[in-house]
Amino acid sequence: MKLKIIEKFKALEPSERRTYLSELLISNSLYILLAAAIILIQCINPRFLSWPSVVNIISLSAANLPIALGIAGAIILTGTDLSAGRIVGLVACVAAALLQTSGYAAKMFPGLDTLPIPLVFLLVIAIGALVGFINGYCTATFHLHPFIVTLSTQLVVYGALLLFLMSGNNNGQSISGLDPSYTAFIKGSFLSLGGTPIPNYVWYVLGITAIMWFVWNKTAFGKNMFAVGSNPDAANVSGVNVKRVIVLVFMLAGVLYAVTGFIEAARIGSNSAATGLNYELDAIAACVIGGVSFVGGTGKISGVILGVVLLRLIFVGLTFLGIDANMQYIIKGLIILIACAIDMRKYLVRR
Amino acid sequence: MPNISGNGSEKQAFLLEMRSIVKDFPGVHALKSVSFAVRPGSVHALMGENGAGKSTLMKCLFGIYQKDRGEILLEGKQVRFGNPKEALEHGVAMVHQELNQALKRNVMDNIWLGRYPTRFGGYVSEKEMYRRTKEIFDSLGLSIDPHRVMGTMSVAQRQMAEIAKAVSYDAKIIVLDEPTSSLTEQEVAHLFEIIGTLRARGCGIIYISHKMEEILKISDEITVMRDGANVATAPAAEMTMDRIIRLMVGRELSSRFPEKLSKPGEVIFRTEGISSRFTQVEDVSIHVRKGEIVGLAGLAGAGRSELLENIFGISARKCGKLLLHGKEIRNRSSREAIRNGFALVTEERRSTGIFGILDITENTTVSALKRFLVGKFFVNDGKRYQKTEEMIKRLGVRTASRKTQIRTLSGGNQQKVIFGRWLLTEPEILLLDEPTRGIDVGAKFEIYQLMEELAARGKSIIIVSSELPELIGVCHRIYVMSGGKVTGEVDAASTTQEEIMTLAAKNL
Repeated sequence: MKLKIIEKFKALEPSERRTYLSELLISNSLYILLAAAIILIQCINPRFLSWPSVVNIISLSAANLPIALGIAGAIILTGTDLSAGRIVGLVACVAAALLQTSGYAAKMFPGLDTLPIPLVFLLVIAIGALVGFINGYCTATFHLHPFIVTLSTQLVVYGALLLFLMSGNNNGQSISGLDPSYTAFIKGSFLSLGGTPIPNYVWYVLGITAIMWFVWNKTAFGKNMFAVGSNPDAANVSGVNVKRVIVLVFMLAGVLYAVTGFIEAARIGSNSAATGLNYELDAIAACVIGGVSFVGGTGKISGVILGVVLLRLIFVGLTFLGIDANMQYIIKGLIILIACAIDMRKYLVRR
Repeated sequence: MPNISGNGSEKQAFLLEMRSIVKDFPGVHALKSVSFAVRPGSVHALMGENGAGKSTLMKCLFGIYQKDRGEILLEGKQVRFGNPKEALEHGVAMVHQELNQALKRNVMDNIWLGRYPTRFGGYVSEKEMYRRTKEIFDSLGLSIDPHRVMGTMSVAQRQMAEIAKAVSYDAKIIVLDEPTSSLTEQEVAHLFEIIGTLRARGCGIIYISHKMEEILKISDEITVMRDGANVATAPAAEMTMDRIIRLMVGRELSSRFPEKLSKPGEVIFRTEGISSRFTQVEDVSIHVRKGEIVGLAGLAGAGRSELLENIFGISARKCGKLLLHGKEIRNRSSREAIRNGFALVTEERRSTGIFGILDITENTTVSALKRFLVGKFFVNDGKRYQKTEEMIKRLGVRTASRKTQIRTLSGGNQQKVIFGRWLLTEPEILLLDEPTRGIDVGAKFEIYQLMEELAARGKSIIIVSSELPELIGVCHRIYVMSGGKVTGEVDAASTTQEEIMTLAAKNL
């Protein structure tokens, strides 16, 4: 790879070498800036690249990866999904309520024993899939833009969440006192890195990501998804059931949000109506930074992973630099904008 | 290409037979009992002006429209397709003019889209796909890499891929809709070879085109349609260009091109050694006189469109000068070019020409809104409507009213509206990129007339066209480009197609 670049460089006219170099720098500037940022942060605060911090970045990235993988599907179809964060919130609260430890003083449903974890998992997956189905069905059947559909469903889901939090003995409180078996299942660890335990959910997410890679690249459904995103008419004429593909993409996304919510509930430990708030925005930003373009039909799993990790590095890095929390929002916004502008250059046809 | 006439094949059964097809739309008899039949191993050309009913007939075949009456027989058996996919599965395929492909996916993904070879209920075997794609390509003599991303290929290659897709469905009937409208002569020759291969296999080809020379060269039989009826079906050997035109328009057209009456004056615009930063245009020096029509000939990829874009300021110029009336101008953007009196009619009418869902008024006045301003911000709509009406009348745009959405007009009428748009900016120099592509014979003549009229009024025109007879017919002088450079300049009155083609192949 490197050699190829050097060979190509040598073959060029001296006058063209400068253009080639600057193009090379700009198209890889995301990595260059990132490397520079890591070195800078490391110089200012040497704890940045310590094991606990690295494991922290990995696990925070892992927690946000499934939701990003779900949204990426919607973006590949030239859509988006604003309901993702609210679905995470609803699922997290439902999972937490059903998996509160029995005998906990402020238990939401005192009469209810702690349910088996797989049962609750299947239930929340079903919730995610149901909302995803509604999103996809409305998008495909009424030919609405998913922006509108999910703008509406996120309100509905949020309302459902608030109503749920008022049910039982809860009266709108946040839900904590989770059963230790649940917490251990998600946050427990069997492997440490430099003395810092890696939480179990990192492995679960790795597994899910591998499955998603297979689905995107090796199945007829995945290929159909990219084809529909690239040219829905062509897909239709070729006999692809476009409506079914759209519904399935959103359902799969819903399932992935549910996975995120299920992990999030135990990871945070105390869940309220604010859980999951604005998660979709970070996920969308990560996708776009990672090259999943709103143009539709393009995107890679590796890109999504890269986007999520980059974004997380930036967020953690800003904290390590001790930058004022309010200021961080401004910097985050600018970084996302610049990163996407640089990425967009790849898709522009130069004239 | 051998010209196999229909002699002796009369006894042969028809592969496809459409009998007395009737289709009415509210207020319009689109098809008045049309019969049309295709023999195996033959090319049957379907001709007619836009609106003659060719595409309605094809849509009835493919089940996009349901015919009101009549029957369709495929190999003697009655069929009725509900949609194009069903037709495809019965071996009836269509290669559309506007290639409908997933451009971001690779060739084999496109070919097997909708029926990927799967195992274990969903796993797609890329190896299997590659093998089968390669097999088809080899049998057709195509050298396309099945892994190549569709969007990175030329229109010609994409078209070949689409034909290969039809072959992969074992298509017996293949409809080619204006297949050569964006191909160079070499690519056309390759396409004809492939058509020859398909014909030898016993396929029936329905060939829809406006290009007479081609049709006479490739077809075995020709059917001409007019006003929703089949006005003639005859072996190609018995047809002549004049007869086809007469049948199509229903009247005599004295000539395919208007007489050149305009007399070029002094040189008004010249380029001195211009090159582009990102495209292949290199060291181009050309000039155009007042009232002159100058042609740019060349193969696809020769840099002709790119040269127009360079002059018009929408592609970055690396070096060179533009001189208008002897004074240097820069044209760094389209707005600057328009201010300097340039106008560009683009090649892709649908994607960069019309605003499809906007009406004719908006489409006509969009480039000249400044001329309708009252004060600084307000647009005088009354004046815009009046000017639009004037343009509709002057250019002979066939439309119900100025409020009609432009996308509902035929290609020729859309093009007239675009001409009207630029005339309102009162340009001195018109840059025309394939202005008659996909337009029927009658409308083409009107466009030529308009060009001639503009030239006679002292406007200068630079026209890019891939149809050499057209360039020779309407231009005063022709520059030939090859590999981004001008390889020659010929006088239209004395040149030949052979001379131009030789120059066009110079830098390959």
